Amino acid sequence: MYNFDFVKPGSVAEAVAALGNEEAQALGGGQTLIPTLKQRLNQPGSLVSLSGIAEMQGVSAADGVLTIGGAVSHATVAAQAAEAYPALAALASHIGDPAVRNRGTIGGSLANNDPAACYPAAALGSGAVIVTNGREIPADEYFQGMFTTALDDGEIITGVKFPIPEAANYQKFVQPASRFAMVGVFVAKYESGVRVAVTGASEEGVFRWSAAEEALSADFSADAVPAAPEADGMIADLHGSKAYRAHLVHVMTKRAVTAAS
Amino acid sequence: MPKDTGIGASNKRREDVRFLTGQGNYTDDINLNGQAFVHFLRADVAHATINGIDTSAAAAMPGVVRIFTGADFEAVGGLPCGWQVTDRHGEPMQEPAHPIIAQGKIRHVGEIVAAVVADSLDEARDAAEAIELDLTDLPAVVDMKSAVAEGATKVHDDLSSNLCYDWGFVEENKDAVEEAIQNAAHVTTLELVNNRLVANPMEPRVAVGDYTRHNDESTLYTTSQNPHVIRLLMGAFVLGIPEHKLRVVAPDVGGGFGTKIFHYAEEAFVTFAAKQIGRAVKWTSSRSEAFISDAHGRDHVTKIELALDADHNFTAVRTETYANMGAYLSTFAPSVPTWLHGTLMAGNYKTPIVYVNVKAVFTNTVPVDAYRGAGRPEATFQLERVIDKAARELGVDPVELRRKNFITEFPYATPVAVEYDTGDYHATMDKALELSDRAGFEARRAESEARGKLRGFGINCFIEACGIAPSNLVGQLGARAGLYESATVRVNATGGLVVMTGSHSHGQGHETTFPQVIAEMIGIDESMVEIVHGDTSKTPMGMGTYGSRSIAVGGSAMVRAAEKIINKTKKIAAHLMEASEGDIELKDGNFSVAGTDKSVAWGDVCLAAYVPHNYPLEDIEPGLEETAFYDPSNFTYPAGAYTCEVEVDPDTGEVSIERFCSADDFGNVINPMIVEGQVHGGIAQGIGQALLENCAYDENGQLLSASYMDYTMPRADNLPGMGDYVVDHSCQTPCTHNPLGVKGCGEAGAIGSPPTVINAILDALHSGGHKVDHIDMPATPARVWAAMQG
Amino acid sequence: MSDISMTVNGQAVSGQAEGRTLLSGFLRDTLGMTGTHVGCDTSQCGACVVHVNGEAVKSCTMLAAEADGAEITTIEGMANADGSLSTIQQAFQDHHGLQCGFCTPGMVMSASALLKENPKPSEAEIRAYLEGNICRCTGYHNIVKAILAASGQEVPAVAAE
Repeated sequence: MYNFDFVKPGSVAEAVAALGNEEAQALGGGQTLIPTLKQRLNQPGSLVSLSGIAEMQGVSAADGVLTIGGAVSHATVAAQAAEAYPALAALASHIGDPAVRNRGTIGGSLANNDPAACYPAAALGSGAVIVTNGREIPADEYFQGMFTTALDDGEIITGVKFPIPEAANYQKFVQPASRFAMVGVFVAKYESGVRVAVTGASEEGVFRWSAAEEALSADFSADAVPAAPEADGMIADLHGSKAYRAHLVHVMTKRAVTAAS
Repeated sequence: MPKDTGIGASNKRREDVRFLTGQGNYTDDINLNGQAFVHFLRADVAHATINGIDTSAAAAMPGVVRIFTGADFEAVGGLPCGWQVTDRHGEPMQEPAHPIIAQGKIRHVGEIVAAVVADSLDEARDAAEAIELDLTDLPAVVDMKSAVAEGATKVHDDLSSNLCYDWGFVEENKDAVEEAIQNAAHVTTLELVNNRLVANPMEPRVAVGDYTRHNDESTLYTTSQNPHVIRLLMGAFVLGIPEHKLRVVAPDVGGGFGTKIFHYAEEAFVTFAAKQIGRAVKWTSSRSEAFISDAHGRDHVTKIELALDADHNFTAVRTETYANMGAYLSTFAPSVPTWLHGTLMAGNYKTPIVYVNVKAVFTNTVPVDAYRGAGRPEATFQLERVIDKAARELGVDPVELRRKNFITEFPYATPVAVEYDTGDYHATMDKALELSDRAGFEARRAESEARGKLRGFGINCFIEACGIAPSNLVGQLGARAGLYESATVRVNATGGLVVMTGSHSHGQGHETTFPQVIAEMIGIDESMVEIVHGDTSKTPMGMGTYGSRSIAVGGSAMVRAAEKIINKTKKIAAHLMEASEGDIELKDGNFSVAGTDKSVAWGDVCLAAYVPHNYPLEDIEPGLEETAFYDPSNFTYPAGAYTCEVEVDPDTGEVSIERFCSADDFGNVINPMIVEGQVHGGIAQGIGQALLENCAYDENGQLLSASYMDYTMPRADNLPGMGDYVVDHSCQTPCTHNPLGVKGCGEAGAIGSPPTVINAILDALHSGGHKVDHIDMPATPARVWAAMQG
Repeated sequence: MSDISMTVNGQAVSGQAEGRTLLSGFLRDTLGMTGTHVGCDTSQCGACVVHVNGEAVKSCTMLAAEADGAEITTIEGMANADGSLSTIQQAFQDHHGLQCGFCTPGMVMSASALLKENPKPSEAEIRAYLEGNICRCTGYHNIVKAILAASGQEVPAVAAE
């Protein structure tokens, strides 16, 4: 790692101020950032830890919305969201491994927007609202391609608001080595319709599978899931071809619908 | 009744206490006063000419002690290769120079281009980034068949081609094998890949070099399976340091699996640099560095043909293999596809005639050498796969086809130069089938199919040549070293023993098992025996641990040394009891005179040897310390039969192992608990090869699976559950030529399991209307799914 | 460099750390507690797992500065007060749950965290929990067995004759 200064503010305001310094970067749980720093792929002048900010903690449900603080760990979501939003809690309980879940945070995951991360599928699939220090960003506007989001420099995700669906499920087919999602499909059924968000598969990062949404909004059953999406634009790598990923999108969607029904 | 002490007892391991409490002493735990740290600048391209290296800016960076480049090593020897293979035409293999730091050319990603020694590791890394390389990229040679095609770019300009050797075995049988194939009633042909693997012991390699000026002595602390071999190779061939001025210590070592046998550039570098700068120099590999600098394993591309007569007797086997050597010859690389591979091509079968052709090829990839099993997994995989395919083609039961061709009489001289001393292949097959409940398979298959899954049953037999090896034989085959083992048994005045062994434990539990043997021989408590290993200044010259040789060769050396001790103590006891030596019996730690009630305790005899007041000084020397070197007369031949049941999810191609049973014949067993642990570990690595692990390069020589993000290590949930997993070693035909009747157990699991798993998958993929004849390892979900799409 | 203080295995300790100093490095190099091992650089192998304020954490993926003021438990602090092996450690020895010993510190720390969360885990739960701990020697079989035994559950006897 290159060296950097370490700053640990106690409030969002202090954090925003600290991030105003040139080459400052926010540090959530560090479970992706620290391995990246080890490879010297990133050279921040300072890291601003978000782990000491009380206002970014907490999981609470009210009026059909589950609100999670930006610095809440995956383990905490797994435990505390289980009643209000079981599909989200189940997703959180399968991110990384237990030690990673104790450190990794929802805000860190969404800010990074790794194309194979799980949380982007939940946020997009739930039509969540990403709350930052300055504004609220609907998920449909937030995700802008792999590792790219609507966040401005120095903007911090202080929380995420998830509308709680009638039924939902997340199915992850893991890339066998990293155990990130090779394909992860989040299906959520709302009164207004069904949302289907897919992570891991596309070169554009997380996306909504609109053909499936339409079909499932009309008939929420596994048989209604359309044929696999176009393989074009899917990721191809050592672990699977474009066609295989497209096929898995179909299979995982069916399984998610079955599990949610 | 299970024994609770001595040979055959499942003693708990004494080394566990330090490992479980954080008190192990691994090489990275060693920090010497004033040590500097080295960071190696490694090539990030596979093939390039080095036009120049500018270290001036880097040298001025904070903390930098000195920067070394290839120019500093022009007068230093290169890494030696320990095995010379002679090709089909009687010519020696092509053997390129193997520099410590690249000389003028880069030949693989990961090759050392420069070394920065600094006060701290971070400073060394910071400075390494300031080194400016002037390179001209060259086309990378990656695919083996293209590498040996006419006009291919050469990895080594001074060699005639990228072909290291073209080996034929048994060359005299080539025409006869061709004739047998022409005359066969049936020939089954199979082309397959034995996938490249990375050994991945959990402890990455570490080397700490030290030099003391007052006695001109160099010390290397290193993560090695064989410190004496490193001392010999590095001292004699690389740095020119005589053995008496060089000490190599391999303390607690966190796993080896072959990849810590070899002498590596980093070891020579830290030893050399410590003397140059007058400070200890430490290198700790990161995992990422390990992927591009530890020798890889396997990587064979093979075509095998099996000829059968009308009665389904095997009449001939012919194989053609391309074996990847990587960019340089690692220490024992040439032996792996030849003598550790071709000699096993008879397998467990009476095939009368065999021809093995191996083309070893240089490519712009990390060097490839022995990895758990080394050559024998590759032999077993192709043979057992082609037999399964033949059974399917002929419509016969794969078990019966194997049984029909089993060798049943021993000793048995194979047509590939080895003589099996003992074995019972029907017994292990019977045991495996019993454990696996093959009879109930069809019902289980129907149950799986009812759930929309495909189920398959796989069987596999294997034999391995272990206990490596008779020195005179391997010398004829090209080994540039002897392969005996040594032990010194020192008995202290009060009767406790220290065994200094040339074997090295890096997980095998020698500190527990070796005392069990001594305790059995003398009849004393195991706690009276201490094992010392891993330090050339303490142990006699020994060749180390690999090839399932520790107990078979190292244990035998210890037995021979202990026998000398016992003979001497009997003489002393006879003197003390005024009896004839021939009447002395040693039992339960007591010497007695046959037919009398006279006895003297072990401890009193030992004391007499060191306080020789009443002692036959005119006949024997005082003291009790004996050394033995044991050179085996033959290999040992562990063998077994494994079964595997898999379920395939046709929607995703995912394979789960539903049941796995192994029936091994290891001969006599010293500690059943440890033996089973070795088998578990070997099978996990074999299942890893079959389903998960894939070391892949792109066409530019970039490693695609360069970390645990892309190289799939087996995890706890990839392996069969406790109720569905049986390892058995109850079939025992003791080795006939070593004193313990042992065969070795370290590699069996890794050899026997890959074809078992693949045979099971293909059995599943021949059900439910599918007809998939072949799938390459690893059988990942994506590959299985693609194979099912046709 | 800044001063970092923490409690490790019940002892108050302090030392200097750069911003980039990892908790694993602080333990091993600054405090000389080499029981915690580093087996990879992508946060997967788990040899470095320690407990931070009672939770399992990969110490190679946490900055030392983030652990300022924390209560840390490492493998060196896992034995009983009288120095004898704790239940989990003893189960690993009894069931041959380790070979080379390198991954062992992380395995023991993860096993301990699991049993705190889930005192009687099923075999499948144990295997799932060990997702972040890689062992190359044992094939996990005896590790799983040791953890089942440490939780007081019946396991098959060690090694048939």
